[in-house]
Parts: sequence; C-alpha cells; structure tokens
Amino acid sequence: MSINKVVSSYDEAVADVFDGAIILIGGFGPANGTPSNLIRALVKQGAKNLTLAANTPGQGRMETPPPGAGPGPGPMPERRIKMPPNYDNGGLLIQNDQVIKTICAFPGNPMPGMPSPLHDRRLAGKLEVEMVPQGTLAERIRAAKAGIPAFYTPTGPGTLMEKGKELREINGVPCVLEYALKGDYSFIRAYKADRRGNLVYQGTSRNFNGAMAGASTVTIAEVDYLVELGDIDPEAVATPGIYVDRVVVRQNPEEGI
Amino acid sequence: MPEKLDEQTMALRVAKEFEDGMVVNLGFGIPTLAGNFIPEDKEVVFQSENGVLGFGRTAITEEEQSFHLINASGQMVTPQPGMCFFDHAESFSMIRGKHIDLCVLGGLQVSEKGDLANWVIPGREPGSIGGAMDLAFGAAKLMVVMTHVTKNNEFKVVKECTYELTVPRRVSKVITDIAVIEITPEGMVLQETAPGWDAEAVQALTEPKLIIVDDLKTIQF
Repeated sequence: MSINKVVSSYDEAVADVFDGAIILIGGFGPANGTPSNLIRALVKQGAKNLTLAANTPGQGRMETPPPGAGPGPGPMPERRIKMPPNYDNGGLLIQNDQVIKTICAFPGNPMPGMPSPLHDRRLAGKLEVEMVPQGTLAERIRAAKAGIPAFYTPTGPGTLMEKGKELREINGVPCVLEYALKGDYSFIRAYKADRRGNLVYQGTSRNFNGAMAGASTVTIAEVDYLVELGDIDPEAVATPGIYVDRVVVRQNPEEGI
Repeated sequence: MPEKLDEQTMALRVAKEFEDGMVVNLGFGIPTLAGNFIPEDKEVVFQSENGVLGFGRTAITEEEQSFHLINASGQMVTPQPGMCFFDHAESFSMIRGKHIDLCVLGGLQVSEKGDLANWVIPGREPGSIGGAMDLAFGAAKLMVVMTHVTKNNEFKVVKECTYELTVPRRVSKVITDIAVIEITPEGMVLQETAPGWDAEAVQALTEPKLIIVDDLKTIQF
C-alpha cells in the first residue's frame, strides 16, 4: 500500500496553508456540503491575507440573541433557511480577519438586526468582494481543473459583468472573456472516500465541491466515512481520486452536518 | 383599488406556463412557490442550479427534510423517482447550453424591451448575482414574476431599467399581481388582468404604453 491520502487530523491537513493563499471552499449557502472542520482548523492555524473563492463566502457567526429577546427584524420566518448543526463557513475566517478578498456569486445583503462580519469589513474597506455570476464562477473553477487558461462565455454582455473585460462576438453571440480561477487549496466536503481519494457525495451537497476538486494545487476533502478500496462502485465514483490530495475523516459523522 | 393577487396565487398562475415534459428552473421567492402547483397530468422536471434535476415539492415534515436535498433557494425539497445529482460545473453546462426550457425569475424592474434587473437595489450594494445571470442568458425561455409596483408605488414595469441589468432583451413574459404581459418586438402586450382590474387600471401602474389584446381575459388558474 503506497498510496494513502488520509491524514490524521484537520490541523495536519491545513498546516501548510500560507499567508496570501487562494482557497476555494465548497458548499452552497448555509446548507450542507461545507467543510466546516477544515475551516475551523484554518482559523486555529491563523494564515492571513487569504482570498476565498466560494459561492457564498459566509456572513460570519450570527450572535445568539439574549434569552427572552423577541423575534427581531430579519427575513420572513417561513423563508428562513434552516442551518445544519455544528456548521461554519468561510465567514468564520472573515470574522477572524484572515481574509482580504472574496470571489463569490452570493455575498448576501446585510439584514437589519443580523450582524455581518463580511459586510462590516467590506464597508470598512478591509475586504474586497469580486462578484461573479455563479455559472461563470463554476466554469472558471472547472477551467482551472481542466487546464484551460480562459474561455468566452455568453453570460454577462450588456451588464455590469462585462466591465473591464474583453468582449468578442462568436457566431453572432456576444461573449465575455473569463479567466480560469486556480486555487492554492480547495477545501471540499464529501460523503465517502477511499485511501486513493475517490469520492462520492450526498445529494445536493456535491455542488461546488465536485467542481473544486482538482482545481487547486492541493485539494483537501473532509469526509464522513473512509471505506476500503473497491467498496465504492467504480461506476459511481463522482470525483476520481487523482483530483484529491488529502482526506480527513470525521470522527463522528453523525455529529452535525 | 381592486385587490391584488397574493404570492401563492401568482405562483399558481406561473404554474400554468409549465408544459408536459418541460425542464424548468425556478428562481428565489415567488417562482419557487410555483413548484408546488404542478398539475397531475403533467410531467415537469425541475432543475436547481445547486445540482439536482427532477426533485419534488417542498419538504414539510421533519422526516422529509434533509440537508442533502435543497433547492437553490435553500429550501429542503422531496426526492422523486428519476432524480439525479451533479456538480456546479455540470449544472451550469445545462443552463448555458440551453438545456433548460423555461426559467422563471423574480424581478425588480422589467423594461418594455425585455431587459431584466433583479440583483441589486441602488443604495443596497453589493447585491447578489447568484445564478440569475447565467439562467437569464442561458434558459431557452425567460419569464418574470413580481409585484407590479414597489411598496412605494413606483413602476417596476418600465420603459428603461434604471437598476443594474441581469440580462438585456430576454424576458418574454411578465406575470404580476395584477396582470400578465407578453413582451414582443412591437412592445408590451397586456394579455390578462387580475379579477376586478381593467386595462386602464393596469396601465396607470405601468410606465410604458401597453398594447391591449382584443380578447383581454381575466387571469384563470
């Protein structure tokens, strides 16, 4: 057994993240598929001046309202998104002042009564937000993984998203030139892995995780279960192991999502 | 002023646009509500840009709810036979590649030329573009559902959008709480009005001059 990508702890997995690194973080909004433990380990590790690329960079932790406080202003309760237990996203790194830039599709808006470390820092000029249409973000990441340096997309001409970019009409369709977005690290979340790094996901938790695997110099997967080689049906492997460099297994997969 | 349609009723009207066999993507807010109103005689496949095709209605009970099955609005939904999952790059290949028959988005402003603005309100920057722009450019057909005017009675159906655009010239139909308007090269054509509303009352809340069809109908559900 010469190939074994499993590392024993989150701390070990993120130990070499350097100041100024570009980190792609999987997940989609405050639902599943976010490598919460890797993010918390990076907070502990302390690397600074990071660039986070993620669909939703994260607002930071919401303060718990004092006991007895009524429902404050905010989004309509029936539409409020349920948060998984034991969940953190890139907002925790923003809150800890480790991030200088985020490349994202959905920074969200500051809500009355809901503090946002992301927007506080943005307004203070300490955090740059580069907004990218979600499909362009996904394709820039896929391009990095696939070794394509840049591509023309039909999304964006005639809008703010064409600003400062090369435009070209291809087969009569106006297109915008977009560049690959390669990370130094991809932090992703999956369901099962084997020691070669073959991955399967669970439902819609695949989202950006599947796209980001292999799009960085180092891809680190936080997984619920480690299985033996051969236990994952070769037809069902969602991410081939060659895209994955490190695997960290959750001690207690039932503990939070 | 006659009563305006509520969100659920607008969603019910949106669902009438779904045809048998269609692949449909529904945006945040009222469009998403329409996913719960599929007639039993139609097979409609819902795509959500976070990587799922063929899911069912909103999950209601604790037992039905799973963090591994959400739509792009972050709501938990239910599985259906024939459903499949994929990653974000694949998802937007479907969207940009014109494999989505119909996309229904919410709107802040729609112009008579079919421009849509729906992602940032001046003074409330930075806004959030999400997947709306790729869907607006990429879906084979784009419709918008929204209230006809703002809370302060400002026009949302306008001659020119003053907010940042999501897409120029792609909206083909607008469904509001008082009217259904088709956008044609000749201009905006008023097709249907909400119960109690006539063409004149709708025009009063609409900036561009509406073309009125001869057989103007009351919205049917």
